[in-house]
Amino acid sequence: MLQVQAHGPLSKAEPNFTVEKPRDGIDLQINGEQYRHSGDPQLPLLWYLRDVLRLTGTKYGDDHGLGGTDLVLVDGKAVSAITQPMSALAGKQVTTVEGLASTDGSLHPLQQAFIDEDAIGCGYCTPGWLIASLDLLRRKHDPSDDDIDTLPNLCRCGCQTRVRRAIKRAAPLLKKGSASGLINGAAA
Amino acid sequence: MSGSLRLSRRRFLQVLAGTAGALVVGVRYAAAAVAPIPTGLLGNTFHGLGAYVRIDADGTVLIGARDPDTGTGVATSLPRIIADELDADWQRVRVVPLGLGVENGNGEPRWLYGRQAGGLGDSIPAAWRDLRQAGALARWLIREAAARKFGLPAAQLRCDKGMVLAPDGRKLDYGSLAEDAAGIAPPNKAPAPKSPDRYTLIGQPAGDVDARAIVTGEAQYSFDSQIGGALIAVLVHCPWPDGRIDRIDTGPALAVKGVVKVVQLNPEPNLPPGQTVIAPAVAVIAETTWAALQGRKALQLEWKPGASGNENSAVLEQQALALMDDDDASGVSSPGARVRDDGDVVGIARKAARRLDATYVQPWLAHATIEPMNCVVQLDKDKATLIVPTQLPQQAWSVVQRLTDLKPEQIEIQVPRIGGGYGRRLDHDYVVEAVMLAKMVDKPIKLIWTRENDLTHDFYQSGSVHKISVTMDRKRQIMTWDQRMASASALVKRGTPDNRLWSSETDPNLLPAGLVPNFRSDWYSLQSAIPRGPARGVPHIGNAFAVESFIDEIAHVLKEDPLDTRLRLLGDARLVPLQGGGTLDTGKLLNVLKLVADRIEWKNWLRSVNGLGLACWHVDGAYVAHAVEAAMQGEKLIIQRVVCAVDVGRVINPTGLEGQVAGATLDALSNALNLAITFKNGQIQQHDWKDYPLASMAQLPDAVEVITVPGDRDPTGASFLAMPTTAPALANAVFRASAVRVRRLPLMKELLRLL
Repeated sequence: MLQVQAHGPLSKAEPNFTVEKPRDGIDLQINGEQYRHSGDPQLPLLWYLRDVLRLTGTKYGDDHGLGGTDLVLVDGKAVSAITQPMSALAGKQVTTVEGLASTDGSLHPLQQAFIDEDAIGCGYCTPGWLIASLDLLRRKHDPSDDDIDTLPNLCRCGCQTRVRRAIKRAAPLLKKGSASGLINGAAA
Repeated sequence: MSGSLRLSRRRFLQVLAGTAGALVVGVRYAAAAVAPIPTGLLGNTFHGLGAYVRIDADGTVLIGARDPDTGTGVATSLPRIIADELDADWQRVRVVPLGLGVENGNGEPRWLYGRQAGGLGDSIPAAWRDLRQAGALARWLIREAAARKFGLPAAQLRCDKGMVLAPDGRKLDYGSLAEDAAGIAPPNKAPAPKSPDRYTLIGQPAGDVDARAIVTGEAQYSFDSQIGGALIAVLVHCPWPDGRIDRIDTGPALAVKGVVKVVQLNPEPNLPPGQTVIAPAVAVIAETTWAALQGRKALQLEWKPGASGNENSAVLEQQALALMDDDDASGVSSPGARVRDDGDVVGIARKAARRLDATYVQPWLAHATIEPMNCVVQLDKDKATLIVPTQLPQQAWSVVQRLTDLKPEQIEIQVPRIGGGYGRRLDHDYVVEAVMLAKMVDKPIKLIWTRENDLTHDFYQSGSVHKISVTMDRKRQIMTWDQRMASASALVKRGTPDNRLWSSETDPNLLPAGLVPNFRSDWYSLQSAIPRGPARGVPHIGNAFAVESFIDEIAHVLKEDPLDTRLRLLGDARLVPLQGGGTLDTGKLLNVLKLVADRIEWKNWLRSVNGLGLACWHVDGAYVAHAVEAAMQGEKLIIQRVVCAVDVGRVINPTGLEGQVAGATLDALSNALNLAITFKNGQIQQHDWKDYPLASMAQLPDAVEVITVPGDRDPTGASFLAMPTTAPALANAVFRASAVRVRRLPLMKELLRLL
């Protein structure tokens, strides 16, 4: 493997083990946990998530991040993970689809809205829609149809009209919470 | 499963005593040579195989989902058919994807679950014929076990939500009866399926069984899967299927840290398309995806074209037009075919008062599944394990068997949920690639395609040119309908005789066949080396665009309401016999047409500022109509409203059906508005989403209003039913909104050219 990284909170070294000398690397938070990437700084975040951390909810769809399948939140904003080298992520907070639900397993209201509105076709592009929608709802608490039209995601099963309904269903529920409560999972 | 109890070999519904007191009911297939197809147990329509039901002692019901789910919802709807028949409590049902069921039948594969196929539009009709039986038998056995415990006749007992209820108020959970039920001999006659008034799940809305796993990112597609220590392989394909390497320097690729090997793959000769490598390729194999991609970028590689190196999609279109014109007098020549010839088109046309012609062009299309092709494979001496996104696991099995020479039961094929199929995954070139690579490196391989691999190396839907010529009498009645189509058949070299090559491209029963007394349909064969294969909604897509656009053109010339023109053409509600069996119920077609017209307020069609457009069609016994309302804002097209009405007979899952109908409508809009594959000098010109721009949220309507006609005839498939009528209804609406008649897709490009 090209990369070596420390998993989990670095502070939790057990006293019985020899503490490894800290390596140089890129420190970042993913879904509320601290990680250090000490491999190739040009490694795109997408492959770090998928191949190194085995967080496969963020999908490959194309090489330029045009289809939205590889969206993640970086400091709350939706960005394409395949276009982000690890070097750009030092000190950033990354949230993937795996980080949306609460640690107790209860779903984020937007996830529940996607289920309730059946906003799912094959499901491969769904994580990307969730991330893009969350980014939209962060900026627009009561998004109009024109606002929803700005979502960049592509879908071949035709889930778009049902995603629109899901966003409208979730918006009033999210408005009640604070901006930081938008993500109720580990990355809150 | 220990202690399995094999019943008479003539009996296919099999009862097995599972471990820990489980009742297992499966429907087993046996080749006709082993035992005759049973008629007593499963009825005359039984033609193959099954899924299984397992009831555990704790009351959990496991139901196998045999067909790959590419987003069609079959992992939900098929188990619900079984669960309803069983009177199971859906809350306690767990759906288990079955993977490929295969065992050794004297060296030949014996398919344990019979038919396993996804995205062909017939999963539900097939399940309706055979899967209900598995549920009915399990319920019969459970009720019998309860009858013995209660000391009451089974006929007095009622099953409801996983419980057997006695008239005196006593009740028993299915779980507590499972072990006893497994010891009871099944009846000689198949238990009768439920009467429809007792359905509890069929016809009720249900969300996708995988929904939670999908929204949490836990759902593992094949692209997300791993087999221990698998190396990652990525490919550069030759731009020409018949080309070859001109120059290669693997050094820079091998110098990339993590790259293990660079190897070449070549198509094997004399195999059908889709059963070997699609084009020569160079594979970069590495320890990580990133290393493989970096290595691929570093490759110094040039290709040489083969004989197809000068093919051009624009030239092919000219050839199509020339073919259809030249053949005017002599008729169509082989392998083209006269697909239908009713009455006397030529003779009657000579006497006609009025003649109208038009030519329509449907471009080439790619499948563009959002999950690109991929395959994970581990080869051991006596075992192959694969994780494959395939719509046809049995064919995946056969290509693996050919390449490995393993015994039937030594090949395990797992099929996780699939990120879209649309016919692309009926071919298995990517499975061949992965197995070849695994043989070369002696390690497990995970092959992944990039978007560029996917768009430039597809088995495309051939473009087609449609020329329609109609004559009318003085009373505006259509006297003759002469329809010509030219395309490159998807069936070339796939084992289909020349005189049937048309069957992937057209159909003798497409509208208005059977409704016009003198009707002729000719198919002309185009030659192309660009790979073609099965595609979603074919052969209806291009044909419906031409026919349903042309009907509006007739209305325009006659200064008639296009709805009235359609009503006159369809005539009275009646059954029109179809060639090859079945009937066209014009009453059902009229009904869906009138439903969408009412919903969109068609009566305002002439006064409306926005343009309204209609289209209707029938597919395999199902009926569909679309109404579209569109407006032009300068050069911007706004699709204001889309209404779709469908009649599929009995609806299994209304939520799933609405999703399929709305989804196919949006996908068809995306195709119609934006998409075309073109080739120059034999090379595909579209490499990424920029060149092949699926419709954005902003281009698509805010809603698709779906109307479902209730029905009790056996269910039909619905996964591509809404595809054919979308483009013509849109083009008809655009004509009303802009006065521009678009006869060539994609629509936006042509509309902007003509405006």
